[in-house]
Parts: sequence; structure tokens; C-alpha cells
Amino acid sequence: MQSKADTRYRVTLTLNGRERSGYAEPRMQLCDFLRHDLGATGTHVGCEHGVCGACTVLVNGRASRSCLMLAVQADGKQLETVESLAAGDELNDLQKAFRKHHALQCGFCTSGILMSSMEFLAKSTSPTEPEVREMLSGHLCRCTGYTGIVNAILEVAEERNSGISRQTDINKENNNV
Amino acid sequence: MKPAPFDYARPNTRREACELLKKYGDEARLLAGGQSLMAVLNMRLAQPKVLIDVSAIEDLHYIERRDDYLAVGAGIIQAELLERPTLVDEVPLLALAMPWIGHAQTRNRGTVCGSIAHADPSAELPLCLLTLGGEVVLEAHRGKTRRVPAADFFQGVLTTARRPDELVTEVRFPLKKPGSRYCFREVSMRHGDFAIVALAAVIADQQVDLGIGGVADRPVVRTLSKGERLNAELNEFAWSLDAQDDAHASAIYRRHLIRELGSVMINDRSATEEGPIHAIQS
Repeated sequence: MQSKADTRYRVTLTLNGRERSGYAEPRMQLCDFLRHDLGATGTHVGCEHGVCGACTVLVNGRASRSCLMLAVQADGKQLETVESLAAGDELNDLQKAFRKHHALQCGFCTSGILMSSMEFLAKSTSPTEPEVREMLSGHLCRCTGYTGIVNAILEVAEERNSGISRQTDINKENNNV
Repeated sequence: MKPAPFDYARPNTRREACELLKKYGDEARLLAGGQSLMAVLNMRLAQPKVLIDVSAIEDLHYIERRDDYLAVGAGIIQAELLERPTLVDEVPLLALAMPWIGHAQTRNRGTVCGSIAHADPSAELPLCLLTLGGEVVLEAHRGKTRRVPAADFFQGVLTTARRPDELVTEVRFPLKKPGSRYCFREVSMRHGDFAIVALAAVIADQQVDLGIGGVADRPVVRTLSKGERLNAELNEFAWSLDAQDDAHASAIYRRHLIRELGSVMINDRSATEEGPIHAIQS
């Protein structure tokens, strides 16, 4: 495909499980497309050059900076943003843990950190604290000092593990019966 | 900021991409993962007329082990190479160095070939390719291809031997040599920042290929002899790189790091195991 600078190109993507479309000039950043055209304002825009991590979303399951990606590049892709986490008013386990551990204050960086953590926890089931901190090195938080964030992520990893082992035990029992 | 306006093209084949490059030449910039270029565009440090996005070219998406090298196509992102289970046996230097590239979130989009083509003097992948003696494969219109050794490819700050009508289609990393040991060390202000000094080494019985990044205007490799002369050779190497003072570190500190870390890496076996933690294990 080829698109002129001043024409708007139709972009269709899957946002949090729903197909959504809009129009974007070639130079439009994905973060602006999400916020201004699709109304997904949970994704925040900080530095606009890939350093702060506030705009991090999942693109085909991988945590990526939406300021370092053009809207036209997201055409046909699966996107997940912070809006995908809670079920209605019910926060998901990671959001609950952030709340419990005071892992946010102003909340500006939080949506990006949550999305990176979702990918991280899916791939790294028993992470160590240094591993969590290395993942977080791609995010800037100026309120918390990171301690609460690290604690929240470690707690969720542990809870999800015990959840899995409980489920395995139940399955075993059922099979034995 | 927001980028200045540009035309955008997303070819589906290499041929199409090379024809666009021939047509636009210097007016075009190639976009792959965009983890360096998008930042430059957003800050308007570059204002190309046309952006040619090569990320949709399906047949550039491969990692292949051939005779004595690992071929990485231009569609491969850094995370995909790092997640390759056999990488540590094939090209151990990459397994050590790649966790130092930016952050997990930028390795998820940044490409291997893109980092080589961008040629940042402090970047890890150009340093590894040079230290291992790898090659870059370039393609121009009508399928004209050529191979350029890494030693000739990197020519200065963000400057390479790539001609304006050429596309980097593949880079080739030589496979592990039996009997050699591989080390990588980097010093930066924070993990993920640009390297103040990065060192990559292939250590054989008698000699060492030591590559240094972040000091000169490009990565530089030199073969040093192990033993008594090593410290003197490290010192000469450090002085030869024309280190500069900047906001991050002084030239004196950079030379000091080369001498000290070079010596530690080459003499101390334990340095092999040192490296950052892989945050994402697959």
C-alpha cells in the first residue's frame, strides 16, 4: 500500500477483542489514534520518544511503545490496552494488587506498567525480584519509588501459581474419584 | 512531539521495496521496528519525504542456521532472536549481549537488522557483529545483492556502507567456535541506557578479539595477545579510540573502563557468566 502525507488511511484493528476502525494520516502515532479516534484514553502519552513507557500497549501480545508505532502499522493487528483488564467495575488481580500495595499515586505511568506486567507474568511464571525490576526498567514512575509496584507484581505471580496448583489438585482428586 | 508529514509506503515484497528505494533514494527512510527511527521522527531530527515500511515483507521473516553462520532476516525482531532456545549454543555472544539492548518493551519491536543498519556507535548488535566478523547482505533493485563484512559496513556515527538504493535484507553471525569463550560487559548510567563503554570478546587460547562500543564513532575490534603484553595492548587500544568527554562520562573514565574491564573479562573466567537477568524466559 502507499499513502500520501495528507490523506487519511483506513485502519482496522482488534482492540480488546472488538474490531474497530478509524482514519489516520501516515504520521499519526498509534497512541494518538487510540486516544483521539477510538476513545481509548486509558493509554497515556508521556515523552513521545520511547523512554517513559506510559504509552505501552500489547500489540499481538507483545508490550510495545504506542508512541514509537504509527497507527497505519497497527492495521490488522490485535491490540490490548488497560481497558481490557477490568471486568466492568471488577478490577483484575493485578489491578487489585496495585491498589493493595500502593503501587500508584498519580497513576499516569500505571496503565503502561500494567500492560507490560501482563505480558511479563504470562511468560515468566515464577519471577524473581531482579527480573521484575529489569522488566520495570522500561518504565518511569516518579511517585512510588517502585517498591509497591515490585511487591504487587510478585504477589500476583505467587497467587497465580498457587491458583494453578490448587486447580491441579482439584483435577487430580476428580480424576481419582 | 509529532513527526513532520511524510508519504508512507508499505511494500509486500523485497522487489517492490527496492524499486521504491531506487525511485526515492535519499528522500526515503526505511522503517522496520521503528525503535530508533520513530523517536528521531517524533523529535523532527529527521524529516524524510517518504517512509518505506519493510515490516510487512513476509520472506524477510526468518532465522536460519547455515554452514558456519546464523542468518537473521530483516523482519526478525530482537525478542524473537533472544527467545530462540538454541541461540546460546549457536551464537553465545548474542545471548549475553542482547538483554542489554534497550528494554524488553523495545526489543519487542526493534529489529536485529534495523539496529545494524542504524549503526549507533554505542549499540550492542553492531558491536557483536563486528567482533564476531559477521556480514551484512544488501539488496538493490533488479535483485542485485552484495555482501559486506561488518568491518567495512560501519563507517561512522549512524553511517554505513549501505547505498541509498539498498535494503539490508539479512545479517550473518558466525557460529560458536569450539574452544573459544565469549564475554560481554557494558557500563551505562542505568540499565537500558546508551552504553558509556560496551565490551565484547571472543577469547581463544592465545589471543582475544576484543570489540569496543560507545567510545569511537563506530564499534572497533582489535586482536590482542594474551599474557604479559595484554595490559599494554589494552592501554594502546584504549588510547587509539579517540575517546571524548560528554555529559555521561569523561574520556579518562572511558579509557579506564576499557583497561580494567578488558583485563577482568580476559583473565577472569567468572566474567563469562555475568550479564543481566533475562526478564522474559520462553
